[in-house]
Amino acid sequence: MFRTLSILIKKEFLQIFRNRSILAIIFVMPVVQLVVLPLAANYEIKDIKMAVVDHDNSTFSRELLRKITASGYFKITSYSENYRKAYEEVEKDRADLILEIPNNFEKDLVRENSQKVLIAINAINGTKAGLSASYLAQILQDYNEQVQLKMSPELESTKNSSGLEIIPKFWFNEGYNYRLSLVPGILAFLVTLIGGYLTALNIVSEKETGTIEQINVSPIRKTDFILGKLIPFWILAMTAFSIGLLVTVFVYGIQMQGSLLLLYAFISVYLITILGMGLLVSVYSETQQQAMFVVFFFMMIFVLMSGLFTPTESMTDWAKYIAYLNPVTYGVDGIRLIILKNSGFTDLLPHFTFVTVLGTVVITWAILRYRKTN
Amino acid sequence: MKQLITFVRKEFLHVLRDKRTLLILFGMPVVQILLFGFALSTEVKNTKIAVLNQDKTQASADLISKIDANQYFDFERNLKSIHEAEEAFKSGKIKMILVIPADFSHNIVTGKKAQLQLITDGADLNLANQIYNFMSNIIADYYGQQTLKPRLGIQPEIRMLYNPQLKGAPNFVPGVMAFILLIICVLMTAIAIVREKETGTMEVLLVSPMKPYVIILAKAIPYFILSVIILISILILSVSVLDLPIRGNVFLLFAISIIFIITNLLIGIVISILTDTQQTAMLISLIGTMLPTLMLSGFMFPVENMPVPLQMVGNVIPAKWYYEIVKNIMIKGTGLEVIWKHILVLLGMMCVLFIIAVKKFKIRLE
Repeated sequence: MFRTLSILIKKEFLQIFRNRSILAIIFVMPVVQLVVLPLAANYEIKDIKMAVVDHDNSTFSRELLRKITASGYFKITSYSENYRKAYEEVEKDRADLILEIPNNFEKDLVRENSQKVLIAINAINGTKAGLSASYLAQILQDYNEQVQLKMSPELESTKNSSGLEIIPKFWFNEGYNYRLSLVPGILAFLVTLIGGYLTALNIVSEKETGTIEQINVSPIRKTDFILGKLIPFWILAMTAFSIGLLVTVFVYGIQMQGSLLLLYAFISVYLITILGMGLLVSVYSETQQQAMFVVFFFMMIFVLMSGLFTPTESMTDWAKYIAYLNPVTYGVDGIRLIILKNSGFTDLLPHFTFVTVLGTVVITWAILRYRKTN
Repeated sequence: MKQLITFVRKEFLHVLRDKRTLLILFGMPVVQILLFGFALSTEVKNTKIAVLNQDKTQASADLISKIDANQYFDFERNLKSIHEAEEAFKSGKIKMILVIPADFSHNIVTGKKAQLQLITDGADLNLANQIYNFMSNIIADYYGQQTLKPRLGIQPEIRMLYNPQLKGAPNFVPGVMAFILLIICVLMTAIAIVREKETGTMEVLLVSPMKPYVIILAKAIPYFILSVIILISILILSVSVLDLPIRGNVFLLFAISIIFIITNLLIGIVISILTDTQQTAMLISLIGTMLPTLMLSGFMFPVENMPVPLQMVGNVIPAKWYYEIVKNIMIKGTGLEVIWKHILVLLGMMCVLFIIAVKKFKIRLE
């Protein structure tokens, strides 16, 4: 049994190494993507474009604007005479939000210590809109304090001794580095993509070219055949992962917090599961085109519902179940936990369990479903 | 012309015969639009947090119940010590810890400076940043009520334009739309033509009296028709099920979608001319179109945050312009006065691709 398997693996490797484009995919793609993609994946909100309608044009209003731009989050891209004109700026994407300061802004503020300003935000992207609103609210709060002090200087003495201070701490990421939270996740997704595509296309391409007939008429057991397909691609995927990990550590300078052994143990199991799913698709498909579309369909769902780009917490309840049944959720989270948080085996127990169960199911399924006769 | 029609009919039958591919072709857009339209949201809700309350007074209990009443946060547990905090983060169950020090309410009552600590899980910085901001606003509100200072000064009146409920769909659906049309047009066309090369049937076609461009055209037309049907079904779904508006002109949206579809078909044709095997064609389509589009078109990440070279790469991606156009027409309801530049860019890309396709095709046939 072992002899047959090792011959099959050798044969598979010979076939893989003959195809240059596949090799390029395995070794060059993860590096290029990992170097380029995290540069694009940046949610940091800065330079929010602001259209200002200042009806007051007073010392106070100008001071407020100065304070807002000094925060670094906002830049004023236009001054408009009325709301309608400012709204056009938003329509033309030249502004993300409108700040309208009313007439008598300074007068009312001084006299009644109360004034409203209108903030209208382009909310097509809800995240950006929510954050912009929240930054602006904080700046206004600060400005209010400043104005109060100006008007009643006797408060000055209590100012520094009273008040509420919130001390933020970003654990596992003291340097406030977006790359840190994205690179490990993207690495997990890349190896999933590579592993899934390569195995999904493999058996079906043999079906299409007809070479599978020769294997089918030979006395090879189904289990050997499937394992003979799985193991070489697993080795390749693990190699791709290792290259990606080197990029993570040396290009991005991300320090590995957890155990390398645990990381490899987890990725090994995870990749077997992903490759098993690829094989299952391959066993069911008739053409490469079909296989590719099926993989593409699932990959889109897997990546978008994995918590890599949007938090799983904010999904609707039924969507959360999809996220919990999605192996990429566990892959992305597992890698993050080990690399960034030094989580141990017990912390990853749910991850290991899910991935192992899923892997066993899909591989058994693929073996049972694979027919040697058509 | 008659020749072309016969040939298109033959190609169509070919496509229609493959039921499984057809199912994927129509099922995929429907499932994805619904799934992403409903499920994806970048809004933060029900984030699990823990509290380490060393204060144990009415004031701190009030603060906690105020936070608990908010839909953003769910209290998962009370921590006994800061050591438990690390464990809680490592298992990934909670995202933020609120630390209330022992002297918190004492300091508030006596008018001294009170402190709170918010520890967030920086391993997902995007989420950490959002929940930190929401939480500090809630706390600031609470403090405002506690100190009984009348809330004076400047008060913002916030108006959320186009998407008052801050749903995910208005942002994601136009993106998924661009993406699905791209994938179907580019991949299907590229592979359909390359497959003929691989199986050797292309040779047969090329020695037939049919003009080469007729062959290519006949291959592309069925996918064009399919894409238009898919486009219509996506639009119907978005409006009827996802409640998305089409505030602008439907015909304009349609006309531009057709330009976009043709552009993508041309990309598929160019790829198929340049490659010889299905695998290479797929991999090129995958690397050359799918990932860059997903990452650089502004659909997942804000374009203005990207380094300038990446923004420039993004500018040559047709889907980026189409995505902007769809958002403008559907969600904002703007017309030609805003998007004419985008349309010109798409048209330009279409022409360039057409020229490349014609030139390369001739070379390959010599």
